[in-house]
Amino acid sequence: MPTEIKLPAMSPTMEEGTLAKWLVKEGDTVKPGDVLAEIETDKATMELEADEGGVVGKLLVAEGSDGVKVGTVIATISGEGDASAPLPPAGGAGGGQSAAEASPSTTGADSPPPIPPASGRGEKEAPGRADAVPATAAQPPAKPKAGDAPASLQVTPDTPGPTHRQTVREALRDAMAEEMRADGTVFVMGEEVAEYQGAYKVTQGLLDEFGPQRVVDTPITEYGFAGLGAGAAMGGLKPIVEFMTFNFAMQAIDHIINSAAKTNYMSGGQMRCPIVFRGPNGAASRVAAQHSQNFAPWYASVPGLIVIAPYDAASAKGLLKSAIRSPDPVVFLENEILYGHSFDVPDGDVALPIGNAAVVRTGKDVTLVGYSLTVGTCLDAAAKLAEEGIDAEVVDLRTLRPLDGATVLASLKKTNRLVVVEEAWPTCSVASEIVALCMDEGFDDLDAPVLRVNSADVPLPYAANLEKLAFVKVDDVVGAAKKVCYR
Amino acid sequence: MAKSPASAEPAPPVRDRPNEPKRYAATNDELLDFYREMLLIRRFEERAGQMYGMGLIGGFCHLYIGQEAVVTGVQSALAKTDSVITGYREHGHMLAAGIDPKAVMAELTGRAPGISKGKGGSMHMFSVEHGFYGGHGIVAAQVPLGTGLGFAHKYKNDGGLSVTYFGDGAANQGQVYESFNMAELWKLPVIYVIENNQYAMGTSVNRSSAEDQLYRRGESFRVPGLQVDGMDVCAVRGATDVAVDWVRSGKGPILLEMKTYRYRGHSMSDPAKYRSREEVAAMREKSDPIEHCKKDILSAGAADEAKLKDIEKEVRAVVADAADFAESAPEPEAGELFTDVLVGTYG
Repeated sequence: MPTEIKLPAMSPTMEEGTLAKWLVKEGDTVKPGDVLAEIETDKATMELEADEGGVVGKLLVAEGSDGVKVGTVIATISGEGDASAPLPPAGGAGGGQSAAEASPSTTGADSPPPIPPASGRGEKEAPGRADAVPATAAQPPAKPKAGDAPASLQVTPDTPGPTHRQTVREALRDAMAEEMRADGTVFVMGEEVAEYQGAYKVTQGLLDEFGPQRVVDTPITEYGFAGLGAGAAMGGLKPIVEFMTFNFAMQAIDHIINSAAKTNYMSGGQMRCPIVFRGPNGAASRVAAQHSQNFAPWYASVPGLIVIAPYDAASAKGLLKSAIRSPDPVVFLENEILYGHSFDVPDGDVALPIGNAAVVRTGKDVTLVGYSLTVGTCLDAAAKLAEEGIDAEVVDLRTLRPLDGATVLASLKKTNRLVVVEEAWPTCSVASEIVALCMDEGFDDLDAPVLRVNSADVPLPYAANLEKLAFVKVDDVVGAAKKVCYR
Repeated sequence: MAKSPASAEPAPPVRDRPNEPKRYAATNDELLDFYREMLLIRRFEERAGQMYGMGLIGGFCHLYIGQEAVVTGVQSALAKTDSVITGYREHGHMLAAGIDPKAVMAELTGRAPGISKGKGGSMHMFSVEHGFYGGHGIVAAQVPLGTGLGFAHKYKNDGGLSVTYFGDGAANQGQVYESFNMAELWKLPVIYVIENNQYAMGTSVNRSSAEDQLYRRGESFRVPGLQVDGMDVCAVRGATDVAVDWVRSGKGPILLEMKTYRYRGHSMSDPAKYRSREEVAAMREKSDPIEHCKKDILSAGAADEAKLKDIEKEVRAVVADAADFAESAPEPEAGELFTDVLVGTYG
């Protein structure tokens, strides 16, 4: 029997890939370990090798196809015994033949119907998660347009004017490139930022444009390069230090807090440390407890730091630009799940002010407050609540320190009910801080207790079902919102 | 040993090594400058110790007495473009960098005209203007920071170098070796100066260090090291000259281990039970850096006893002024509590 070659998952968050190039053709004989194809994942371009030898049967997905779902049969290889066997139809259950002829982005008979919403992993089982915004079956892959996107991807940029559709990943890269063009003292350092083009491809292309002096690959030495970066900032440069993830920044946290955050104060304002520590923060997918933690509450508690955690691509770009220009040390918390999500981004050089929250959906019945990934959760929850006649307002905090309490309180004044949604442990969380803010300064506006929707108070488990239970889900938010509305 | 395929390649060239340092041949004027500088540090620190005893200085206070030759010799070899960074035993480094003793002493007493407006205290003082980058309270944190200063010099191509001081205790922190690795990899202009005063708080080097010859600590990273008599200012200067030549010629970092000794406890609250009074007395008697310099001055005929007494008088007056200033200066305004947290304004 011929062996089906399926597109494998090549990273924890990969749900689809691009078949960049076939390196074999139909009828070729291959040995185990031969490279069959180059696959572009959400992180990198990978080589797909043959596990077994044989003769290549049909190539079922055309070169250049993007949006190919993990698990799609992309080719068949006949074993030595049946090398001359006729090529079977691909794609499993009958009629699979069509897969070969169908659009590259389809998955034949196995193809799930496209299901729109889903901002987070709460809806993991629903195919077509937001960052895919899949081209519908049997249609050629097309750049998704904002109008087609689920609620969680429809965020209108703050600034009017022409926009382009862009992933968060590309927006972050553009922010760095633009600031590096404008200021020669800005440089990027971190693990795999240069020759590898970024562990998550955020720094892709920067080495080519700016060279190795300004795009610096470091050894795996977080404590050391965080301190080195802070020292370079004290010496007059403007470093962008990338942590492959913020989980690894725990090794370096002494320099973020003791060296970077406190220096200006301890020196009576004469020694500055203008540095950006950035990278993905929070849980990704199935990487378990040590690689899945949201450090926003930790950093947001430290005076002397600016802490930013954007959601959409426009605010990611605009705020990263401001972070790089800031004379203060900034912790810039990205989210791996969001890297591949596309949003409208204003054309040109648009920086956004640090310290401003944004109302990303207006409503009158209840306020949902989120930041980073959970802004999407809130938007999807608001869409569901609308079906039940509850008009929710969604506030994206964007900057966690200094926190824009005024925007939160103004929304509370309007709706009189508030739910905070955060993918972090509940104890001493940003959500706790918002609750305290509402108690301190919004008490008279409250018609119900403020509720928190946080992830489960446990180290994140690996098993798919347990992991799902631990994360914040849209329905949790809907439930909490109805509760504060007494519905 | 089995031959690896790599052994077919030619043997790597013998690594370049710095020249063996010579004791610096100071001019008469330079000898007197060294003497004055070291005496200023000593008298300043003695006064700080007294003021601590009187309750005028609070918190931790780490005195530099006994180690004066190190910073005096190193600083004399530096240029204006260079940067200096160290840990929390830094009063002497600041005086050597030319910072006003009044501003340092007023910081120790936590007063408004202190160099950090009274917000840093003994362990956290900085003067970017003088190329002095602190004054850091976390053992060894200054090592990657100083490496970053070296990175900035190289990036800006300004010809400067970074002198990064740390102690024998800090030498066992992992981040020191992370820094050595990057500094050598990128050939950063950094002189690492280990001030080996033989005790990390109460633990002697022998009890804490598997390799107690600290100048060898860079070998795994190909950072060459030199061991130096840190109680002899001319030996320190001679070695620093070699290090400066090495670094400025683009060969990357170098490590100087200064064998020195602190006469006082680790901090003012250290009873120093881990060593005998005799040990301290013997060091003071036989190896004191100021007495050593004095002998050099007298034997070179650079000055007579009377002239040295005049210097002593001058120094005492400077220290007395600084102490009076620090004692009488006002405390910071209450409003200063909330200033300097951030530079920018947001939201």
